[in-house]
Amino acid sequence: MTKPGQGAEGDAVAAPPVAITTAATAAAAPQAAASSAAPVIAPGADAESYEQQHVHSVYESIASHFSATRYKPWPVIASFLLSLPPGAVGLDVGCGNGKYLAVNPHVHIVGSDRSANLVRIARDHGGDRRCDVAVADGLALPFPPGKADFAICVAVIHHMSTRQRRQEAVRALLECVRPDSGGGKILVYVWALEQSNSRRGWDEGADQDQLVPWVFKSKTKTAGGGGGDTTYQRYYHLYRKGELEEDVVAVGGKVLDSGYDKDNWWAVASRIN
Amino acid sequence: MKVLSLNFLSCAVKGCKSSSDSYPLHPKDAELVQDDIEVNAQLLINLLPRIDWTALTTTATELGFPALPPQAPTPEELEADEAKLKDLHHLLMETQIMEGKLVCASCGHEYAVREGIANFLLPSHLV
Repeated sequence: MTKPGQGAEGDAVAAPPVAITTAATAAAAPQAAASSAAPVIAPGADAESYEQQHVHSVYESIASHFSATRYKPWPVIASFLLSLPPGAVGLDVGCGNGKYLAVNPHVHIVGSDRSANLVRIARDHGGDRRCDVAVADGLALPFPPGKADFAICVAVIHHMSTRQRRQEAVRALLECVRPDSGGGKILVYVWALEQSNSRRGWDEGADQDQLVPWVFKSKTKTAGGGGGDTTYQRYYHLYRKGELEEDVVAVGGKVLDSGYDKDNWWAVASRIN
Repeated sequence: MKVLSLNFLSCAVKGCKSSSDSYPLHPKDAELVQDDIEVNAQLLINLLPRIDWTALTTTATELGFPALPPQAPTPEELEADEAKLKDLHHLLMETQIMEGKLVCASCGHEYAVREGIANFLLPSHLV
């Protein structure tokens, strides 16, 4: 759902990458919708409510703003979609505003997202009712096992706040696609820890669990400037090199291909039969 | 939500995944719209082997369509018979559920469909 470092308007005015838990940050973002005093790493038992606050409710609030800054398909994902055989049927789990749903008109994709507001935008991507989308949780997907030719999941799993949940999310994707013998495969994209050249400057050794501000710029500016800007804090787990592949293998998947692309790690994987 | 997509949806409840009753979901109080979409013959022919014909037959009947033949047409049959192709296109691509519910026959849960969007978020007791 989320892409850093591609001229996103919301991100462009965000605070520098400092420890989110400090009082100084809280003071710098006095209008934060989410409490800046919350610990960055979620206690396991409360992972769901933590993600509700620091992921789901944020995307519900910023949906239209977010969508307006996320219109261009990333090349690696577009070429994956264009490489599929005509008539292939697949899933886009965490489809956001639906920018991948119509990349290849010769395949059928059912999109899903946790945010109803984003799903509504995705439905009309490329025209009224053009795309088929549903509201669903990545850990309780409404897809029958082993039926889809492919599933993509872009910038989604890094929003899950425990490793167990991130692995379960990969498992859920693998379960939806045909076994390897049937050619089923998944493509997963997650944000990388190693991005020293990005604006945020994280790199090896940095804390992998971060709250990342999204500044929602208000259209009505006050005379003093600033207006009613609102800062939302989104939770991210930043993947270190090799971690995504480890998670695929841990849930019985087979990595077919993987790589690094503009501050993200990605992997194409299939089920072991 | 196109009828085609119903062929690729099931109940979101974990315990239902292993039950054959959780697929396909059953439309209830469905309000349909018919869109006008250009026929993509090649797409339909390639889709055919991926369609669960039994499930599609159930869905079509429940939505009030005339009964489908018991066997799926072969790609050759479909290619040679324009009327058949158009009928299938109409059912799979042009018919959309806009309002109503999708019901799981295993757990009985009803998923609401509003403005063409099904909501599969589960109440906490079903997670």
